[in-house]
Amino acid sequence: MQRIGVFICWCGSNIAATVDVEKVAEVIRSEPGVVYSANYQYMCSENGQQLIKNAIREHNLTAVVIGSCSPRMHEATFRKAAEAAGLNPYMVEIANIREHCSWIHKDREEATEKAVILVRTAIAKVNLDAPLQAGESPVVKRALVIGGGIAGIQAALDIAEAGFEVDIVEKNPTIGGRMAQLDKTFPTLDCSACILTPKMVDCAQNEKIDILSYSEVEEVKGFVGNFSVKIRKKARYVDETKCTGCKVCMEKCPSRKGLNEFNMNLNNRTAIYIPFAQAIPNVAVIDPEQCIKLKTGKCGICQKFCGVGAIDYTMKDEFIERQYGAIVVATGFRPIKLDNFNEYGYADNKDVITSLELERLMNAAGPTDGVLLRPSDGKHPKVITFIQCVGSRDTSGCGKPYCSKICCMYTAKHAMLIREKYPDTEVHVFYIDVRTPGKNYDEFYRRAVEQYGVDYIKGMVGKVYNENGTLMVQGSNLIDNTQVTIPSDLVVLATAIEPEPSVRRIATLLTASIDTNNFLTESHAKLRPVESPTAGVYLAGVCQGPKDIPETVSQASACAAKVIGLLVKDKLKTNPCIAHPDEMMCNGCSQCANVCAYGAITYVEKEFRLGGGKTEVRRVASVNPAVCQGCGACTVTCPSGAMDLSGFSSKQIMSEVEAICKM
Amino acid sequence: MRDVEQKMKERAAELLRSGEAARVVGWKKGEFYFDPSPATFETEEELGEFVYNGFCGSNLSKYLIAVSKKPGKTAIFLKPCDTYSFNELVKEHRVAREKVYVIGIECQGKLDIDKIRAKGVTGVMEAEEAGDKVEVTSLYGKTSIAREEILLEKCLCCKGKKHMVADETIILHEMPETKNNRFSGVEKLERMTPDERFAFWKAELSKCIRCNACRNVCPACSCVKCVFDNPASGIAAKANDTEFEEQMFHIIRAFHVAGRCTDCGECSRVCPQHIPLHLLNRKFIKDMDTLYGDFQAGETAEGKTPLTEYTEGDAEPGEAVKPEGQHA
Repeated sequence: MQRIGVFICWCGSNIAATVDVEKVAEVIRSEPGVVYSANYQYMCSENGQQLIKNAIREHNLTAVVIGSCSPRMHEATFRKAAEAAGLNPYMVEIANIREHCSWIHKDREEATEKAVILVRTAIAKVNLDAPLQAGESPVVKRALVIGGGIAGIQAALDIAEAGFEVDIVEKNPTIGGRMAQLDKTFPTLDCSACILTPKMVDCAQNEKIDILSYSEVEEVKGFVGNFSVKIRKKARYVDETKCTGCKVCMEKCPSRKGLNEFNMNLNNRTAIYIPFAQAIPNVAVIDPEQCIKLKTGKCGICQKFCGVGAIDYTMKDEFIERQYGAIVVATGFRPIKLDNFNEYGYADNKDVITSLELERLMNAAGPTDGVLLRPSDGKHPKVITFIQCVGSRDTSGCGKPYCSKICCMYTAKHAMLIREKYPDTEVHVFYIDVRTPGKNYDEFYRRAVEQYGVDYIKGMVGKVYNENGTLMVQGSNLIDNTQVTIPSDLVVLATAIEPEPSVRRIATLLTASIDTNNFLTESHAKLRPVESPTAGVYLAGVCQGPKDIPETVSQASACAAKVIGLLVKDKLKTNPCIAHPDEMMCNGCSQCANVCAYGAITYVEKEFRLGGGKTEVRRVASVNPAVCQGCGACTVTCPSGAMDLSGFSSKQIMSEVEAICKM
Repeated sequence: MRDVEQKMKERAAELLRSGEAARVVGWKKGEFYFDPSPATFETEEELGEFVYNGFCGSNLSKYLIAVSKKPGKTAIFLKPCDTYSFNELVKEHRVAREKVYVIGIECQGKLDIDKIRAKGVTGVMEAEEAGDKVEVTSLYGKTSIAREEILLEKCLCCKGKKHMVADETIILHEMPETKNNRFSGVEKLERMTPDERFAFWKAELSKCIRCNACRNVCPACSCVKCVFDNPASGIAAKANDTEFEEQMFHIIRAFHVAGRCTDCGECSRVCPQHIPLHLLNRKFIKDMDTLYGDFQAGETAEGKTPLTEYTEGDAEPGEAVKPEGQHA
């Protein structure tokens, strides 16, 4: 029988306002095994911890139950306190009476009753706890950054700066990401390429950074400090080590009908191409869908003209496997598809464009060489109407419920730049709200209105239709309470952004969690905003939530700081709550290995005594303690119950269930 | 079927004589014509007892777990549907493939003695397939019965005439396939209200005498130590701790074999209380097919099952199966 001490935390008023903490401590005092019960305002405080330590010593406690916030929050704190008082840290159980109780209940009586049940449940578990010893595992001093946009670039540069090796895996042929597509950046209006490309070059020149462009993460095994990652290097059909980026191949290539993704499909490119002038690596790639040689076997012109013999049509995807201590996810975003928004006529009218398309139309390296010409007839648009919140803040289900955060600022930027460059152009902006908090942001927006005379109309657009070549934008003006129709030459949709869809697959590979909008979830919204709940995985940029470039860069640097903090360690403490098979009951059926996400289970042939001098050789499971993460998938899969989890044994779980059901 | 039996006997004798197989697993004469029992033959003399007839419905593959561990190779006669179970056992490393010589044998669908008796025919001395009919010779004369009327439940939904695995086959006649919808029974249960369904299972499972025949015959129930025999598992006592006996035993067993059950139907065949246990397994199979796409356990000896594999197309948690098989 354990000698259990129970400590009920008020969490200020967080728990105490809804749960009668004194009553809980009182009721629990008479539970079998409980020799001490107390309540305190802030159990996590210095004094609270001292209370626990003193009680352990004075009452010879062998186990401790703490009724407090989620173990995610303070389990480590209380384990440390118990350890300081001479108790094995794994003899501490947390009853979550905050997130699971006080925060979600209103009725004090009900909440108090539930808190008692939750504490009793933890007592049932702690009764079956056994002391555990944490092991150690080495740290691989190399980081992986998934995604080579500004977030990935910044994180990689900072990590490399600290002296650690970093690989950037980028699925496109070049790094640079969305930022490379932008024309100017708010609020300072410097040219995006001018501030981005030096960073891209830094990456390429940094000997600690290895850029794996046109590559994708295929498989992830292992755990914090010891990830093993399989990367697919897609066949480029161009030898990266030989290509000089001279572009002769692009001049000669007869296949010129491929859509130019970099220019948002506004013009065409050749089958062999370098996405843009400042691409890193500055190496061509062949689009197998467009290449005549790869499709029909006839052509081979680029190979003939390539002065360095870099073209290789027989190239195959290659796989490389590397070890990493930490992983930064920086997979970025894309504008949403506008299929659900027929009212804006995007599909039917060439002159209804998205903001990202406008960026390319205004960019000197874009399809119009930076002259703003409308796509339909190449004429200068004289009236341009912007529509904000296309698919953002949408509760109808057609778009996204969240605010995409960047649109108010870039629309103000677009409006201002157009008025600056083409003063004879009339610019209207339909908006729901203008949200421009941030350093020099609101000033920026005010400038658009006050200095540049942009016509901001509060109201939503109901319909855009084409009348004899003029786009009629029909909307409401809520300030004047009137319906307005603005004949326009160009309509620009501030399209909502969403996480790059491949992030779902990445999240699965990393066992990182994702929210209903496909944004990766951070470990704690306020206090651990760059850590994913999976140890060793960090989040940078829009993959975690909508944000602009300054925020993205800050977050990337924060990620780098976390990664560096991890990589400087030589060893990490491992979690002793891991699986172990009872070999006498193991069937060797491989079901546990099939469900193990970490590849921690292997099999060995062992000889067993059967009695009567007989022996039998059986195949039994064996768990690698350094690899097992204690997820418990194997324990519930094992049909004979041979697999069990230290610290979360099936017996403990069942006793918890029983404690709850008893009530 | 006599010619098939003769051929099998000859082949078994050859294998034993040449030493290619140290033993052969087949059927030997029972007390009556209609109750042949699974048996291991180690000498040619023992083969005198060897039989193969319409009543050899039992699935022999599970015997390999113990028998194939002995020195030398074990030859075994497997009907097409038995090969699925064999593959599952190889997949789960319960049987080493290289230790077994599989002889795939002809099957005309196996007969249910209870169904014959229900037709008023007793004292069965012989039954010979003849097209759609079975000529039954009893102590009291000869009767011709439509084959489909006296087939075992599992043979009414035949998996087909193809052996999933075989080192050689003995097939002398055309094999018929009786293909009824195997989920019709499950669909009927799904159409019931929860109360009706509860009443149905209560009536059925209350008949259970916990003889463990279903568990002992089941090729998927091959644990070194069954949770129900393990007091430490905490399950043994719970199995019958409900208002109707043994409910949990059968439900837990169905969960344990889900994704591994080949629907061989042996559980229902051996149940002395005639509980339609296969309905529990088929409900799982049907749900898995609906949620994860059609899957037949034992088609191969490799790969994962829908329940031990993750793919991006998997149903989301909470995506329940509606009675009509539509997602919620």
